[in-house]
Amino acid sequence: MKKNFWINLAFQLGALAVALLITTLILLAAGAPPFKAYASILDGAFGSPGNLERLLISWSPLLLTTAGVLITFSAGLWNIGVEGQMTLGAIFATWMLRLLQDTSLPPALIIFLGILAGVLGGALWAGLAGALKTFGGVNEIFGGLGLNFVSMALTIYLVFGPWKRPGTGSMSGTQPFDRALWLPSFPEMNLSPWALGLSILAVVIVYFLLRGTHFGLRLKAVGKNMKAAYLMGVPTWQYSMFAFLLCGAFAGLSGAIQVTGVYHRLLPNISNGYGFLGLLVAMLINYQAIWAAPVAFIFAALNTGSVQLQMLYKLDSSFSGVLQSFLVLLVLLGEGVRQRLLGKR
Amino acid sequence: MDTNVLLTGLAGVLAAAAPVLFAVIGETINERAGIINLSMNGTILLSAVGSFAVAYETGSLALGFLAGALIGALVALIVAFSSISLKQSQVAVGFVLALACRDLSYFLGTPYMNQPGPRLPVWSIPGLENIPLLGPLFFRQEWITYSSYLLIFLAWLWIFRTRPGLMLQGIGERPAAAFVRGANVNRLRYLYTVLGGAIIGIAGPAYSLNVKAGWMGTQSGLDGIGWIALSITIFGGWNPLRAAFGAYLFSLLQWLGLVLQPSLPDIPSQVLQVAPFPLMILTLLLVNISDAEWVARTLAALPEGSRRVVMKILRALRASPPSGLGVPFESE
Repeated sequence: MKKNFWINLAFQLGALAVALLITTLILLAAGAPPFKAYASILDGAFGSPGNLERLLISWSPLLLTTAGVLITFSAGLWNIGVEGQMTLGAIFATWMLRLLQDTSLPPALIIFLGILAGVLGGALWAGLAGALKTFGGVNEIFGGLGLNFVSMALTIYLVFGPWKRPGTGSMSGTQPFDRALWLPSFPEMNLSPWALGLSILAVVIVYFLLRGTHFGLRLKAVGKNMKAAYLMGVPTWQYSMFAFLLCGAFAGLSGAIQVTGVYHRLLPNISNGYGFLGLLVAMLINYQAIWAAPVAFIFAALNTGSVQLQMLYKLDSSFSGVLQSFLVLLVLLGEGVRQRLLGKR
Repeated sequence: MDTNVLLTGLAGVLAAAAPVLFAVIGETINERAGIINLSMNGTILLSAVGSFAVAYETGSLALGFLAGALIGALVALIVAFSSISLKQSQVAVGFVLALACRDLSYFLGTPYMNQPGPRLPVWSIPGLENIPLLGPLFFRQEWITYSSYLLIFLAWLWIFRTRPGLMLQGIGERPAAAFVRGANVNRLRYLYTVLGGAIIGIAGPAYSLNVKAGWMGTQSGLDGIGWIALSITIFGGWNPLRAAFGAYLFSLLQWLGLVLQPSLPDIPSQVLQVAPFPLMILTLLLVNISDAEWVARTLAALPEGSRRVVMKILRALRASPPSGLGVPFESE
């Protein structure tokens, strides 16, 4: 048992080393000094209080999408639609805020209702993907992808159409909300304790849900072997559907937080790849919720750090995506090599 | 609309469908062999920027196309290695590769952004080009478009009319039976995954050296095409002819979106460009719905006459994947 742990660790570190080697070669190919580039990513992530704040701001949506897809993965589902579910959360939250912003309701209530609407919007979109799978036989990967593009189009339509700024619509989004409708932040900062708290809470909930509850156990049974679970009396399609709804609710919450707590308006591409990144994090941690928070933190650091890369070396900030995806790829391949060499387990 | 304008437009639809066709046929071959290549969206982007860079630096269009095919084959080799030799999840590896290649193409493509580059010349086919209507439609195109017509029929012939093609169906459908018949299932799966990957790779240059020559980063309008091609593969029921129909239909819809744009000024152009996606979900629904249990139950309750009609329609639309798709094969 103990030996296995060290062997696993060695393989994972090996995968990390190979991934770094490959990305270093890629940096060299792009004509950038690799070590300075890595240093500037670190600096961009942790170098100043402001940078650290940005890192925490982008940690929160990633935590939420990771928490969400951990549930669908447990049920054996590939919820690629999480990106669109986050977008719908943002759309619904914006819709609710716009609806109520000129009423005399207390701002705190409006924000609360906006976030609630976002949660519902995300769950609705996930429910659609789930229904397509359960009742229409449409694989959740393709249903989800299609719905992602639809949600993107819907956002653009709203930003340039009915919800456009006074004058002309632009890619910079809708008219920002009144300050009273912003999710409260720490003094003199943009970081909201509410956003951070809710996201961490989500990961904790998912951890306990999957680890210690009757529901989590049966959900995993559905994911591992649907037929056996069905024969054992687990209502399988209801469980799949519930996994979709729950994941969508978390994704919707993260979209609503982007609207109320970060951008204070609806933007095209508001999901910003956090959904796909959540899938990557979940794969990297081998679907173990306990690792979700630290690994999501590192991924968020790569994201915010590589913005610096763009400013300093004129390198595209997609480098963080290259680093993240190669890391996951190499860990997956390393796991395969380990299983092949040492047998399963 | 003027006939000539319409013909030019439709000829453009045929040319614009070429990248989708290469992608769909390549994926069809992959999946016929039992391997899902989910990396396609990233592969096409990477081969588009890679082939443009090669053609730009060397001035040779042929080398550009070769580079595209090589990139596609290389990515497919990773998919094959991880799923056949390492028995890892094809979906997981494919998805990660889709993201990796996509980000890599944007990262490495920066120096080639908005550079004027080479583009395939039109090769009209003497004689055929003068046939009324058909000539301007089919025979005043670039060689890559002619190749795309050929590819459809070659792939169909290979899969359904040759012995090796029968074996290809076998390794995807009943790998154990194919093995007993003497097929080296895993070697053939490697071969077809890499071959299909190379064909998918040609979709990149077919776009970046012809349909919309050049590289414009995220503005290239190519991102997403791989995901569409994956669903067209399903819509096509793993048959090149039906898949080609899907690809042309998609290309036609995109063109209609552009043509209708001026008459619908309230709808931003980006919205019409994604119009095929809801349609894609709808077609997948039609293709798959006859498998759902509640449909069978509802049908059983219908009166005899109308039930037969509905069942006939559903069965015609239905497409089921090769049974060995995504399942690793072990010979013992």
